[in-house]
Amino acid sequence: MTTSAAVGRTGPRARVAAFLHRHARVRLSLLLSAPLAWLGLAYLGALAALFVTAFWSTDTFTGDLIRTFTWANFQDLVTGDVYRTIALRSLGVAVAVTLIDLIVAFPMAFAMAKLASPRAQRWLVILVLTPLWASYLVKAYAWRVMLSADGVLGWGYGLGATIATLSYLWLPYMILPIYAGLERLPSSLLDAAGDLGARGWRTFRTVVWPLSFPAVVAGSIFTFSLSLGDYITVKIVGGKSQLIGNVVYDNIGAANNLPFAAAVATVPVVIMLVYLAAVRRTGALENL
Amino acid sequence: MFPVMPHQAVTSVTIPASDHAVRLRGLRKSFGSIVAVAGVDLDVADGEFFAMLGPSGSGKTTVLRMIAGFESPTGGTVELGGRDVTRLAPFERDVNTVFQDYALFPHMSVLENVEYGLRVKKVPKAERRARAMDALKSVRLDGFEKRRPAQLSGGQRQRVALARALVNRPRVLLLDEPLGALDLKLREEMQVELKAIQREVGITFLFVTHDQEEALTMSDRVAVFNQGVIEQVGTPAEIYERPATAFVAGFVGTSNLISGAAARTVLGKDGTFSVRPEKLRVVLGDSGDPDPVGSDEHSAEGTVSEVVYAGPATRFVVELDAGGRLIALQQNQEVSSMDVMGLRGHRVRLVWQRRHEFAITS
Repeated sequence: MTTSAAVGRTGPRARVAAFLHRHARVRLSLLLSAPLAWLGLAYLGALAALFVTAFWSTDTFTGDLIRTFTWANFQDLVTGDVYRTIALRSLGVAVAVTLIDLIVAFPMAFAMAKLASPRAQRWLVILVLTPLWASYLVKAYAWRVMLSADGVLGWGYGLGATIATLSYLWLPYMILPIYAGLERLPSSLLDAAGDLGARGWRTFRTVVWPLSFPAVVAGSIFTFSLSLGDYITVKIVGGKSQLIGNVVYDNIGAANNLPFAAAVATVPVVIMLVYLAAVRRTGALENL
Repeated sequence: MFPVMPHQAVTSVTIPASDHAVRLRGLRKSFGSIVAVAGVDLDVADGEFFAMLGPSGSGKTTVLRMIAGFESPTGGTVELGGRDVTRLAPFERDVNTVFQDYALFPHMSVLENVEYGLRVKKVPKAERRARAMDALKSVRLDGFEKRRPAQLSGGQRQRVALARALVNRPRVLLLDEPLGALDLKLREEMQVELKAIQREVGITFLFVTHDQEEALTMSDRVAVFNQGVIEQVGTPAEIYERPATAFVAGFVGTSNLISGAAARTVLGKDGTFSVRPEKLRVVLGDSGDPDPVGSDEHSAEGTVSEVVYAGPATRFVVELDAGGRLIALQQNQEVSSMDVMGLRGHRVRLVWQRRHEFAITS
């Protein structure tokens, strides 16, 4: 056997290139090291800091951080009726927003993916994306104007207004995954169901829904987590209503109690983890 | 390759109205400004194995989809078993379809897929199960009922799609390029198998294909589609031996056209004529035979411009002195490749029986 002769350039650069070509793993780790370092430091590091801070406290007199371990924040959180009410209210808002978005988004996504012509499809995607290019605040204030007593809707402010505004804000995040999921669903499956005698509703129930469920889950993760963490919309249209986000915000700012804010901030994280675990049990994540 | 003649030949005589599985009258379909189907009349008899043959874009699949109810016609009518179903939805029609991509439900097991139609029709569970298992057995897939479609090979998926459609005992089974996604070997196996299954269940099979050999080997009758219309309907033998138009002559087999001045010189008549390559006999110019042409034969002299050796046979491309070119197919019964390859540039005479030439309407 002869070793294959090197063709073309030699020298250090060519040798490095050849080495990387032969060692795919080294190449991959070099490529990934920068983003992974960023992710590790900026994302996981911040999350770790949050958890650690949640077990600290502040000196009520001076407002200085006391860096000793204590369960006090979580005890306050669990025993305080106010916080339980606020947590449940936030959960309720997130669920309501997710359901409303699902009900509005599914028919829209279906029409985009299966009924519209390819040309109309492109335009509809652009139309769905356009609101995302406008500032969040502008949109929230637009709803404030519409909801005010003398506005177009005139519902006034409160929890209902918050749910309506959040549903509007996060709708594209529900439409796009479902649209992508339905786009991948071969139209012949719908034809086949009809061919075998199924009417519209049955085709939806037995074919379209089960096959697009992973996409629905993907969309709901967006709408659910975004709603759970929101504190600006509720400030603008929520009237006197408080959500978890407001408690966190107020404790960071006005109350200057960073450890308690951190403890409150773990609540939506825990809720999301429970949600993801529940979703995982359905098997939807494997198909994502 | 030579088409194998089907075991039975149904001639295209008029069929009594009650026996029509499918009857199309003036069927048209346009998508915007594009006319996909431009007026199709067709009768398919009960129990027939019928092929709609044509190149892609010829409208054959659109016709199939209109029979199934997936597309609604721009004009004309679709009748199934004497009943006008033109405006009915797919789920109201007594037909089932085997899709080109099989369209098996990926989240259901093989058994659930096959049971789907019966479940929709509220067939009791025990009967449903029994019929589904029977259908799976008839396509030799018993033992596979718990698998998911993703765990099956292409040929197995094709058979599940067939079982899923047949279990409903439709009046007509529609097959859209059913063998298109299979490799050659499997396709040839499935051709035989499909034919056997059809004979067994006795259901009318209406299938779409662009493969002329497939259409000729499997069907009782063939309709040749071109640009949204049917060019010819007939038995495989009629289509092959007596193509009605130049398009059919060219699409089904190799077209060997003699027209214009060449027709006048060689045949002594005006018009366009065709003769199949395997009907031509190649006689070498220096064979020494003084008069190889019989009284019931025609012949033409020319020069061999190309010799293509294809194993069992050799194709000779001959430029006629009278103009035009003919392709002759000769069995390599007594010659070897060494003999025939040297024939390029040789003078030859092509001889054929008059009954094998036919007039073509252009």
